Amino acid sequence: MNELVSVMNELMSIKPVVLWSDVLIYILVVSLGLFFYQLSKNPLARQRWRTVFHSRAGVASFIVILFYLLIALLDSLHYRAPLEKTEGSDEVHYSQEVHSLLDVVLTELRNKDEKTYSAPFAIYSFAKENMQTDDGVVYRDFPRLANAGQHLESAAEHGMDIFVRSMKALLVAAFISAVIIGLHIAWRKRQHSLQSGLAGVRTLPWGTIYLTLSVLVLSCCWVLELSKVYHILGTDKVGQDVLYWSIKAIRTGVLIGTLATLLTLPLAIVLGISAGYFKGWVDDVVQYIYTTLSSIPGILLIAASVLLIDVYIETHPEQFNLVAVRADFKFLALCFILGMTSWTGLCRLLRAETLKVSQLDYVQAAHAFGVGHNRIIFRHILPNITHIILIALVLDFSVFVLAEAVLSYIGVGVDPSMASWGNMINEARSELSRDPVVWWSVAAAFVLMFVLVLAANLFSDRVRDAFDPRSA
Amino acid sequence: MLAYIIRRLLYALPILLGVNLLTFALFFMVNTPDQMARVQLGDKHVSAEAIEQWKAQRGYDKPLFINTAENSEGLLTDTIFFEKSARLFVFDFGKSDEGRVIGADISERMWPSLAVALPTFIIGISVNIVFALFVVMFRASVFDTAAMVLCVVLLSISGVFYILAGQYFFAKLWHLVPISGYLGGTDAIRFLILPVIIGVVAGIGGGTRLYRTLFLEEANKDYVRTARAKGVSETAVLFRHILPNGLIPILTSVVVVIPSLFMGSLLIESFFGIPGLGSYTLDAIQAQDFAIVRSMVFLGSVLYILGLILTDISYTLVDPRVRLS
Repeated sequence: MNELVSVMNELMSIKPVVLWSDVLIYILVVSLGLFFYQLSKNPLARQRWRTVFHSRAGVASFIVILFYLLIALLDSLHYRAPLEKTEGSDEVHYSQEVHSLLDVVLTELRNKDEKTYSAPFAIYSFAKENMQTDDGVVYRDFPRLANAGQHLESAAEHGMDIFVRSMKALLVAAFISAVIIGLHIAWRKRQHSLQSGLAGVRTLPWGTIYLTLSVLVLSCCWVLELSKVYHILGTDKVGQDVLYWSIKAIRTGVLIGTLATLLTLPLAIVLGISAGYFKGWVDDVVQYIYTTLSSIPGILLIAASVLLIDVYIETHPEQFNLVAVRADFKFLALCFILGMTSWTGLCRLLRAETLKVSQLDYVQAAHAFGVGHNRIIFRHILPNITHIILIALVLDFSVFVLAEAVLSYIGVGVDPSMASWGNMINEARSELSRDPVVWWSVAAAFVLMFVLVLAANLFSDRVRDAFDPRSA
Repeated sequence: MLAYIIRRLLYALPILLGVNLLTFALFFMVNTPDQMARVQLGDKHVSAEAIEQWKAQRGYDKPLFINTAENSEGLLTDTIFFEKSARLFVFDFGKSDEGRVIGADISERMWPSLAVALPTFIIGISVNIVFALFVVMFRASVFDTAAMVLCVVLLSISGVFYILAGQYFFAKLWHLVPISGYLGGTDAIRFLILPVIIGVVAGIGGGTRLYRTLFLEEANKDYVRTARAKGVSETAVLFRHILPNGLIPILTSVVVVIPSLFMGSLLIESFFGIPGLGSYTLDAIQAQDFAIVRSMVFLGSVLYILGLILTDISYTLVDPRVRLS
């Protein structure tokens, strides 16, 4: 109870920090919600979404993506904690460090720094140190870690302890999953008996959904339980928990995947539709713009623009009072530039589709009735090309997540102070040439990134199959 | 044909001019030479004279577009735009900010780039076509499904991991090839094996999947059904009918990247220490040498546009129904 009160007190005294990317991601989530609400009124679209969610791969990958998105959203509510008051001053100063709601959940991981590298689940450090016995003899050995396996009397209990804790996590996870699934099945039974007249309606693949949820619950429980006393994925060069940083990197990955497309989406839609609809000189100008932009090698355009942003930040330090604000500015700029290199493809597709749609009879009929351009575009053309936008959105997602890793490696990616898989891989180059090899941070980045990209790829395949008439 | 090519080349001029103006705006107007000098010189040596001297040495002390101080001849030519950007049109790249001749560097570093990129390209396409054909042979079977799942898995792995894993296992653990580096002549082969293998493997997932779709599209056409109906064996259908016709979209779709092979790969070259154009560009990016980056952007655009023209020509070569107009 006391703990709760102190947590509440702490919450009251914090200072919220709103980063631009936070605002954008929440706007994005809200507008996606609205978009799907609108879509649910359209019977054809509902039919198509149904085929996406009725496939096992589609629904499983969707749940995984939602899980990543949830973490990213938690990590997008930032605040600055107040510092201890100095003597004789009532003014409250706030920490220079910006934390997020996710950091509160992962407090235990964040505050358990070691001195340097340590292997996953290790209780001894990676590097030997000079130590003294009680009678003053200096010897050299691997010291025990400060924050891992403290409760163990000897190394012999190590394996057993991990096993016991894993079993405990398994039991808890099984219990939680069983409750959720049980409740849901009971609810479905009731629903089913209510509409028993509708026989033969295909239902969602609930088995797959339950399985995916259980796996997610299990991994959460396991991670939370074992991370209390161990560094599950070891620690990095300066002793920070690798698991914590790779979870923090989820926000970067998810945001870059979504924002990069969305920031330049209006440009692609407006230019693509006007080129296809108005034709003539508008078409020529738009075609010229996208041919020119797409003929510049993407990676060079990105590199050049990021260099310029670096110069801008260096020459205008007064605009960026916090490290997080600077990193966020650079991050958004990177998203925008990534979008700039990719919107041309979407614009070309939209132009071609608009050309096709605007020749259709009902559009011609609308013209004959004297309906205005705006109305024709919004009522007759836009709804018929949304599937192209949707496919581009999901297809580009994984491309951008992968691109971030490459760009950060080249040195034109996100700010080095920002947690990202690319930055972790960048470190890995020197770590892999160590002896014994430090493999865990690159492995962590690999696994988390691979799961996200695989889920995104599987989901986009299903969406494309459902919405693209050509590939069917 | 010749008239068409000439017209296309003329059409490329406004696009290149656009590229040129865009990069010029990025490099000189958003980011003035003063700021560049300040960053290059570092905080310690910044003084008005030092900046002026740095700019004068590199020819950045002229007006951007119009030099009002000069008479009619130098009005447009004695400016940064003419000196630094317009000259790119005749492939006069000038000097880098470090003072090296960029043109000479490019022609020297082109060959190692090509030595990696060309084998990767050719072997990659052949391997992908063979795999795709193999999958199509067993289409709509468990093998097909398994192969497609494997492809999605392969293409979900970042290219960086292929390189890291390849270097770790083949070079560090098993000592089969050197980790990185480059030598001229036949010694180069030792250094090229691993980058080429990794380049090929990293492309298998995406390539096989794409080519399978193209082959399947061909397999569903009427003439294939007719061939089967008249009793042609399944192997003959695959190799005599589907393969040659499926190759057309595949080959015409890869033509566009052929000129760009000269540019090399940023990632592979820098990981393996190959002194090609990719690592040249990367070094320039990291050293913030804008003169080199600008030249490479221009060169890349030229090669891309060349690729587009080659694509159009290749269409007419493989499909007589397509007329260039």
